[in-house]
Amino acid sequence: MTSTTLLLLVFGMGAIAWFFGRLKAAGLRSAASSPKRALHSLPNYHGWYVALWAIIPALLFVTVWNIVSPSLITEAALTSPAAQQLPQEGFARGTILSEARSIAYGNQSNAFNPLSRTMVGPYEEAISYYQTIGALAALLLVFACGAFAWLRIKPDLRARTKIERVTMMALLIASLIAIVTTVGIFLSLVFETARFFSMVSPIDFLFGTEWNPKAVAGPRGETGFGAIPLFWGTVFIGAIIAMIVAIPLGLMSAVYLTQYAPPRFRAWMKPILEVLAGVPTVVYGYFAALTVAPALRDFAVSIGIAGASSESALAAGLVMGIMIIPFVSSMADDSIAAVPSAMRDGSLAMGATKSETIKKVLIPAALPGVVGGVLLAVSRAIGETMIVVMAAGLAANMTANPFSSVTTVTTQIVKLLTGDQEFDSPKTLAAFALGLVLFIVTLLLNLIALRVVKKYREAYE
Amino acid sequence: MNSPTITDMERRPTEWQGVEMQKRIKRRYASERRFKALGLAAILMSAGFLAFLLIVMMSNGFRGFTQTELPLEIDFPAATGGASASQFEGQNGLANMQSMGLQDIVNNSIEIQYGADGKDLFSSGGWTAVGSEILNNPDMVEQKTIIYLPVDAALDVAYKSDGNEEAEARVEQLGDQLSTGFNWNFLISSDATDPMQVGIWGALKGSLITMFITLLLAFPVGVLAALYLEEYAPKNRITDLIEVSINNLAAVPSIIFGLLGLAVFLNLFGLPRSAALVGGLTLALMTMPVIVISGRNAVKSVPPSIREAALGIGASPLQVVFHHVLPLALPGILTGTIIGMARALGETAPLLMIGMRAFIATPPDGVTAPATVLPVQIFLWSDEVNRGFVEKTSAAIIVLLLFLLTMNALAIYLRNRFETRW
Repeated sequence: MTSTTLLLLVFGMGAIAWFFGRLKAAGLRSAASSPKRALHSLPNYHGWYVALWAIIPALLFVTVWNIVSPSLITEAALTSPAAQQLPQEGFARGTILSEARSIAYGNQSNAFNPLSRTMVGPYEEAISYYQTIGALAALLLVFACGAFAWLRIKPDLRARTKIERVTMMALLIASLIAIVTTVGIFLSLVFETARFFSMVSPIDFLFGTEWNPKAVAGPRGETGFGAIPLFWGTVFIGAIIAMIVAIPLGLMSAVYLTQYAPPRFRAWMKPILEVLAGVPTVVYGYFAALTVAPALRDFAVSIGIAGASSESALAAGLVMGIMIIPFVSSMADDSIAAVPSAMRDGSLAMGATKSETIKKVLIPAALPGVVGGVLLAVSRAIGETMIVVMAAGLAANMTANPFSSVTTVTTQIVKLLTGDQEFDSPKTLAAFALGLVLFIVTLLLNLIALRVVKKYREAYE
Repeated sequence: MNSPTITDMERRPTEWQGVEMQKRIKRRYASERRFKALGLAAILMSAGFLAFLLIVMMSNGFRGFTQTELPLEIDFPAATGGASASQFEGQNGLANMQSMGLQDIVNNSIEIQYGADGKDLFSSGGWTAVGSEILNNPDMVEQKTIIYLPVDAALDVAYKSDGNEEAEARVEQLGDQLSTGFNWNFLISSDATDPMQVGIWGALKGSLITMFITLLLAFPVGVLAALYLEEYAPKNRITDLIEVSINNLAAVPSIIFGLLGLAVFLNLFGLPRSAALVGGLTLALMTMPVIVISGRNAVKSVPPSIREAALGIGASPLQVVFHHVLPLALPGILTGTIIGMARALGETAPLLMIGMRAFIATPPDGVTAPATVLPVQIFLWSDEVNRGFVEKTSAAIIVLLLFLLTMNALAIYLRNRFETRW
C-alpha cells in the first residue's frame, strides 16, 4: 500500500467519522426534551470534533513512521542471507544498498551492480512488511481515536470551543511559517557560508579583485574568490545603468499620468505599464540577448568603441531598466498622490504653471517617497537573475565601459551551482556566500526604503 | 521711457500686458508644454518598448508554430509485403510498426524519391511522424500514400527566412515541392535535440504540476496567515516578527529561494532533484507572502459593521471570520493569489538552482519525476546553437505570455466582477 492510498484512506475514514459524529449529535439534539439537556454546540461541530480526533493522531503517526521506517527497512534487509555477500564496510556497500533501495521503491529500473540485484528481493520484502504494519497501525489509530471521540459526544460536550481552539492553532502555525522560512533562508545561507569561509578567507572574498574560482588553490595560495568585480558588475548594471533608464522614464510617466493625462488615457496606460512588470524575466533576458545586445554591439563598433562585446553591460542594464519602469512609476505615483492637495492648490493659486508646481512643490515634497521607491527598485534590480544570466556574460571585468562584458553576483551564483556539483567544493559553497551578501544587501535596502517611506507618510498625516 | 526706480516698481502694479511680461509668460508656457511633452514621451517610450518586445517575439514566434514539409511517397504494400490495416489498430500498433522496421521503410522511400543523400533533406526523427499518421489512419498502409514530412532544421530556417548558403541552394533546387504546414508536434511533444522535433507539452505539463503544488501549499497557508494577522493577532513581539518576515520575504530576490530549496529540500531532506515537488515547494514559499499581503488588504477592506453585526447576534469570533469576513474577502484574496501564481509561473532562477534544467524528453508523470517548466525550457532553448531553436524559443515565449495574460485577465475580471466597494 503506497503512502498516497494510505492518506486517501485516512481522510476517507475521517469523512465517515465526521458523518457519524454529526449523526449522533443530531440524534441527541432532537431527543433533547428540556433546555437543560440541549446541545452545547451545533451537530456540525461534533462531526468535526470526531473527524479531527480520527485524522490528526493518525497523520502524526504516519509522519513519524515515514521518518523511522527507512532505517528499520534497511536493518531488516541486512539480516537477509543475501546481505552476507555484501562488502563489509565503506563506500561500495553504501552504493549497492542505495541502488537496491531505489530499485525496490521503483525509482530505478535496472541495476549496475549484480550484488544490488540480489538485494532487491529482501528490500522489497522488508518494504512491504513495514508498509503493511504502518498502514494497519495508522488505520487502527484512526478507528480507535475516532471511536473514543464518538463515545465522548454528550449534550454538554463543548465541541465548538475545542474545534475553535484547533483552528486557532492552525492559524498561528500558518503565520509562523513566514518566520520559519526567513530563519531557514538565513540559517542555510549562514551555515554554508561558514563552511566556505573555513576554506577561503573572508577578507580575500570581500576585498579580492580577481574572480576566477577554482576548486583547488593555486601555487601561491590564491583561490580566485575575490568578489569585488562581481559587486561592481552588479552595481554597474543594476544600480547605475538600469536606474539611468528607469528613474527618468518611471518618474515622468508617473507625473504625466497623475497630473496631465485625461482619465481615459490613464485608464489605458496604467495597466499597459503594469504589463511591463508582469513579463517574465526570462523573456526580457531572451529579448536582451537576441535583439538588444547585437544591435548595441553593432552600434558600438560603428562608432569605433574598442572592446565592444556581444554580451554587454548596457544591454542587460537597459532591458532591466525597462523592467523596473512600472515599479518606479507606481512608487512615484503613490508618493505624489500622498502630497496634500493644499500644497498643490496653493502653488497653482499663486500663478505657477502646472509644470512649475510639479517641479518646485510636488516633487520636492514627494522626494522621500520617491527615494524610498528608487531604493526598492535598486534592491529588485540587483537581485534580478535571468536578464543578466542571459545578456551580461561571465567575464569578471572591472570596467566602466558599458559596451564591455561584466558579470554579476546572481550570474555567478547560477554559474557556480549549475555545473558539476560536489557539495563540499569551495566553488559551490561560494554561491551561498554570494547569496548571503545579496540577501543582506537587499534586506538593508528594503529596511531603509520602508523606513524612509513610512517617516514621510507620517509627516503628512 | 525712463528706467523705473525700485520704489517706482514697488508702487506700480504688474504690467501684465507689457512686452517683458508677455515674453516671460510665453517662456513659461513653452516650458510647460515641453514638460508635458516630455511626460508623454516617457510614457509612450515605455509602452513602445513593450510593443517592440511583443512584436519581436510574435514575428519570430509564429514561425515556430509552422514547419516546412516535403512530400514523400511511400509504397506500403511493396515495402511491408502486404501488411493489413488491422495490425496497427489499438494498443500494439506502435510495437508492430517497430518490428516492421518502419524507420528503414521510410529511409528506403526517401532514397527512391530523393536519391542517396535525400536523408539529409529530412528531419532525423521524421519517421515517427509517419508512425503517428499510421496510428491515426491505419488504412493507409494498404496503398501507396503521400505523406508530408518535416524537413531538416537548416532547410527549415532557409525556407522560412535566410539560412546558410548550402541550405539556401537546396531550397532553390527543391522549389515548389516545399510547403508549410502547422506544427502539431510542437504542442504535443517534449524537448529534443533536433529543433524540428521539439515540443512544449513536456515543459507545460511540468509547469502545471508545479503550479498545482504551489497553489495547494501557498493558498491555504497564505489565507490562514492573513486571517490570523488581520483578525486575531495580539500586538506583541511575535506578531511584529511575523509581519517583518512576511514583508521581507516578499522582497527577497527569487534566486535566494532557490538557494534555500537547494540547501534544505535537496541536501537536508534528500528530496529528488529536478522534481516538480521541490519546485512547487520552493515557489510556494515565494508566493505565500504575496498571498498574505493581498489577503490582508482584502480582509482589511471588509467593514467592521459586518463583524459587529455577526458578533451581536451571537457568533463566536471564529464564526465571524469564517462565515462572514472570509467569504466577503475571497474575491480580493483570489485576485492576489492569481497574480502571485502568475509571477510563480514566469519564475526561472530558483528552479535552475534545484536542478529543473535537465534535458527532459518525456513529460513528467508524477510529482517526483524529473520535470522542467516552461520558463526554464525557454532558457535552455535560448542557449542552443542551432538556429532552428530561435523561433521555437519565441514560440514557447508566446505560449507562456498567453498563459500569463489569461491569468491576469482572469484576476482583473474577478476584481471587477466580485469586489464590493463598501
